[in-house]
Amino acid sequence: MTTAAAPERSFPPIDKLADLAMVLVIIGGIYMAANLPGSISLVPAIVLLVVAVVVLVVDVVLLARLQDFAWSSFRLVAGWALVAYLVIAGMIGYAFVYDGTRGEGLVVLIGMLAVFAIAVPLLLGFSVARYQPTVRDPEPQPSQ
Amino acid sequence: MAQDAAAAIAVTPDTHGGPPPAVRDFQIVPLKGLPIVAAAVIGLVVAIASNNLWALTFFHIVGGGLWTGVDLFVGLVLGPIIGRMSIPARIEFTTKFMPKMVLLMPTLVTMTLASGWQLARHLGNLDPSSPNHAWLVASFVVVGIMATIAIGLLEPANLAVLFELKKPNPNGLRIARLMRIFVYTAGITGILQIATLIIMTRVSSQ
Repeated sequence: MTTAAAPERSFPPIDKLADLAMVLVIIGGIYMAANLPGSISLVPAIVLLVVAVVVLVVDVVLLARLQDFAWSSFRLVAGWALVAYLVIAGMIGYAFVYDGTRGEGLVVLIGMLAVFAIAVPLLLGFSVARYQPTVRDPEPQPSQ
Repeated sequence: MAQDAAAAIAVTPDTHGGPPPAVRDFQIVPLKGLPIVAAAVIGLVVAIASNNLWALTFFHIVGGGLWTGVDLFVGLVLGPIIGRMSIPARIEFTTKFMPKMVLLMPTLVTMTLASGWQLARHLGNLDPSSPNHAWLVASFVVVGIMATIAIGLLEPANLAVLFELKKPNPNGLRIARLMRIFVYTAGITGILQIATLIIMTRVSSQ
């Protein structure tokens, strides 16, 4: 095991932006859940969703521009996490649909769940891949 | 207390010499556990679809109780113990413990939240005129904070540690830093779970 204090490679704030997108839709989700089943103004929820989508798009662009990144590790983790979080988002969406949520409210909720289901796998995949060796930057092997 | 735990997978060099560390062979996602997860999810869907009060209560109480218990236990009991283990013992423990957490915690959280929502709906607690409504909104906020911490910090740290341990030559400093995040955030969510316990016992008693 290496214990030397080698500096970690710096990256754009991809993890922080994914966190931000997730926090925005969680706040929106709490707002929606606190007011269901009554009729409420969707404006706050829509604003939160739009900002979250913008943040997520910026995040994906930053990620796509990364050079010399462990993409295979990212795909492995993000892919399986996407499967898991689609199940979780599906469960939450199912509960809302089952309870009779319809119309614009349902569209906003599904949008929030979609952001959630994309942001979390992106975050998990990046969190692992950032520490994985790449072709140009292989990690040291154990000494013989 | 958490600082002891934060030293899990310590940064102290291994001065015992001997052969180089072997690449640890373990499954990051324990495949044997997937049928149990699938059974829990199917049971949850059936409970929601049938709107059966017993089934919904079962999933909510069992899931919530285990979620709360695990968070408190890991953050406040297990963490300090890990901090006092020898380095090989910490690595051995981590490679066996963390994969189980990868499956266990998302399953418990999904069970608890989905059944809890349906239960609240079923009992009329989501109605703004219900005396429990304000308490439920407070619980949404607490769960939102816990979800942010767990998904945004705890789970990434958990996965990153497991992948680091799979390397031929793991970075001890990196693992120590990530484990510190894991144990701190587990402790914070454990403390937040106490707020959930207060809210839920209040809701169920009025």
